[in-house]
Amino acid sequence: MHMSDALVSPAVAASMWATTAGASALSARALRRRPDDRRVPLMGVLGAFVFAAQMVNFSIPGTGSSGHLCGGLLLTILLGPAAAFLVMVSVLTVQALFFADGGLLALGCNVFNLGFLTSFVAYPLVFAPLARTRPTRGRLALATVLASVVGLQLGSLGVVLETVISRRTSLSLDAFLVLMQPIHLAIGVVEGLVTTAVVLFIRDARPDLVLAGSDAPVPPPSPRRFAAGVLLAAAVAAGVLSWFASSAPDGLEWSLARASAGAKANAPPGALHSLFAMIQERTAVLAREARLRAGDPEGPDTARGRWPQVDATVSLSGLAGAALTLALAGLLAAGLRLVRRRSRPPSPQ
Amino acid sequence: MRADGITAALSHLGRLDELAGANTPIGRVDPRAKLVTTLAFLVTVASYGRHELSALLPLAAYPIFLLALGDVPLRPILWRLALVSPFAVLVGTFEPLLDRQPLGALGPVVLTAGWLSFASILLRFALSVSAALLLVATTGLDAVAAALAWFRVPKVLVVQLLFLYRYLFVLSEEVARALRAHALRSPSHPRPRMRVAGSMLGQILLRTLDRAQRIHAAMLCRGFDGHVRLGRSLHAGSSDAAFMAGWCAFFGVCRLVDIPRVLGVALFGAGR
Amino acid sequence: MSHHLVRLEDVHFDYPDGTPALQGVSFELHHGESVGLVGANGAGKSTLLLHLAGVLFPSSGMVRVGDWPVTPETLSHVRRSLGLVFQDPDDQLFMPTVADDVAFGPLNLGLPDDEVEARVSGALQRVGAAALRSRPPYRLSGGEKRAAAIASVLAMSPDILVMDEPSAGLDPAARRRLIGLLRSFEHTKIVATHDLDLVLDVCARIVVLREGRVAADGPTASIFGDASLLGACHLEKPLRLQGCPRCGE
Repeated sequence: MHMSDALVSPAVAASMWATTAGASALSARALRRRPDDRRVPLMGVLGAFVFAAQMVNFSIPGTGSSGHLCGGLLLTILLGPAAAFLVMVSVLTVQALFFADGGLLALGCNVFNLGFLTSFVAYPLVFAPLARTRPTRGRLALATVLASVVGLQLGSLGVVLETVISRRTSLSLDAFLVLMQPIHLAIGVVEGLVTTAVVLFIRDARPDLVLAGSDAPVPPPSPRRFAAGVLLAAAVAAGVLSWFASSAPDGLEWSLARASAGAKANAPPGALHSLFAMIQERTAVLAREARLRAGDPEGPDTARGRWPQVDATVSLSGLAGAALTLALAGLLAAGLRLVRRRSRPPSPQ
Repeated sequence: MRADGITAALSHLGRLDELAGANTPIGRVDPRAKLVTTLAFLVTVASYGRHELSALLPLAAYPIFLLALGDVPLRPILWRLALVSPFAVLVGTFEPLLDRQPLGALGPVVLTAGWLSFASILLRFALSVSAALLLVATTGLDAVAAALAWFRVPKVLVVQLLFLYRYLFVLSEEVARALRAHALRSPSHPRPRMRVAGSMLGQILLRTLDRAQRIHAAMLCRGFDGHVRLGRSLHAGSSDAAFMAGWCAFFGVCRLVDIPRVLGVALFGAGR
Repeated sequence: MSHHLVRLEDVHFDYPDGTPALQGVSFELHHGESVGLVGANGAGKSTLLLHLAGVLFPSSGMVRVGDWPVTPETLSHVRRSLGLVFQDPDDQLFMPTVADDVAFGPLNLGLPDDEVEARVSGALQRVGAAALRSRPPYRLSGGEKRAAAIASVLAMSPDILVMDEPSAGLDPAARRRLIGLLRSFEHTKIVATHDLDLVLDVCARIVVLREGRVAADGPTASIFGDASLLGACHLEKPLRLQGCPRCGE
């Protein structure tokens, strides 16, 4: 799932880098507010553990294929979102620098897909409300598997959108989605199960440890928190999809045209592309405006007979898209902080 | 990856970082300059559209320059490149299948736009991966960390990178030993099953947590108060600025001018 | 100037799960002494050493190091005068290069940069590891790591050197070098170890721990001469003192 530099455009890479940098700064600030000198060696060694644990290839029953632990959710359960996020940043950075596993430009994307979405979306919105304090084995398993599935689905969705928006490949949105999402659903379940096994193992051996990351006890679920979560998720989804539709109409049109012509072997199911058609229709206003502003009223069509033009590095719609993402990321971060602060009881110090 | 594959990968990793110890012209360049130049390189490479191929070629000068003046052996770089190429190749192979618009013919073979973008993906992949690897090979992680700290990357993240790197090998060897021990006791299924993997990882995790406690105790015994002081100071000179400015200018020229085409036109007259 | 440099008075300590670890340990250490701390696995040696450095605190009893009682408030003073070398050098060498690790202590003491550099060179020179200063720790051999770990503690110029299993995992040559090094140190030394031959070479006095209590405390020769005591404490004579395999002498 690590994206390579060959597949991202500078605009997408830059906006994801900005998001990652912002999230890192906020996480570092959150950690500074609760100093704990045990954290330095603990984060370091746990990062090394996750790195090494990704080398354990286990066989998945019934499929004959193998999988490995990603570790983001496990880290968040052990350390809490802010510390776990920074550990994931460091793991992905070392993977990119030393193993060339994922590009340096695409590092922002990879951190977002594999770190941010797990620690700051799947954990607080799925795991924490389900697991609460001192969950039973069954409840813990359910929370872990669900959070893992959600995290990986969002992550692979991120990969798909970032790749398609970058327009460095001819893969269409629906083809890519069909390729990525189902596989990562299965991967999410497996990751959730193995994470559960590890968490239960250490919980039995060291009962003081699990969920030790957050000093405050996990806040009880409240309707307001849940509503905030749903709203945020909807805002993110709508924003990202409309961004896609507004800045890459040719890709969507092209894939829809091909899908309706029935030419492709991987033709997506009808429901999926009528949904996108509806969204495209509604957001077509933005698309037309963007095209007009960019001075190209007839719409780009790189795939239809003209000699391919060089893409401009920075286009107006690309900028608008990047700004929109930043705003949404900021909204998400601010929203989560607000929700946490509201529901956290006053600290003992 | 089997246990032996892990140890092989690890030894290559170690070697990559140690190449930076050499006292070479590139090794002496300030890490901040190298970091900025490499990022500029990556951005430039990424800015090309998916049907550009020959225009990218002059950019190969940068990795070649680093390789040569950094005394970096070619084989580990190529080996690493080959190791991570499958993903890019996989995505790239969709191109000839999806993009059938023909561009021209070379004798009996018809070149489609798909093949062009396949080649473009591979070239961009090779350029960006080699630039990243050469950055590490000529700089070393602690110098990169010092540069990051200077660029105001949060201290906790820089320290985290250093600690992670430090204990990477310790933990990886531990995992490799556990996998090896398992494989020896399970000849028909050398790869552990999910439940076994869960408890194996759980054991290692527990030992890791104990290790974290011991390291913390060792740090306390040497006066640790929560702040890790990195004793490295960076000194940049005019040659570093020249390095950075020169290469960035070159990247800009490559981006704006399709050098191979200009050369081709100049040498062979206006072509197709 | 106090008579004793290290003093333990009736120290009791229990592990978090309730198992008693130290059950009334008392002894004194004087300036310049070299003491070997021996005992079976689980006798409480490592736990005792951690009390000396203020990593653990007794549930009852008192530990004094120099002029200071070891309490959370006096830790910075205690740790300037007592250096602890841990059992696993990987736990002790956590910085990117050996020089960084050796500099860690002096930097934390707040020393100026040139003083730090002087301490680093001096400590590395002392242990014979000057060539290792730019090496990353994971690339070192067992003996080199041990030397670097010792240097990292020496750089803080402690009066008292405490070591936990220093010869564990060393090849014979490295072990011999370590013994030579320890003999050359003029610090007050406490060495917890299973390596009884090392104790014979380095320590003039032995404290034997058994099940969290001091079973014996006396000159090396007399302790190693008492076979029944050694047997009761899961120990035996150093190999050098044991009978010749041929004639039994």
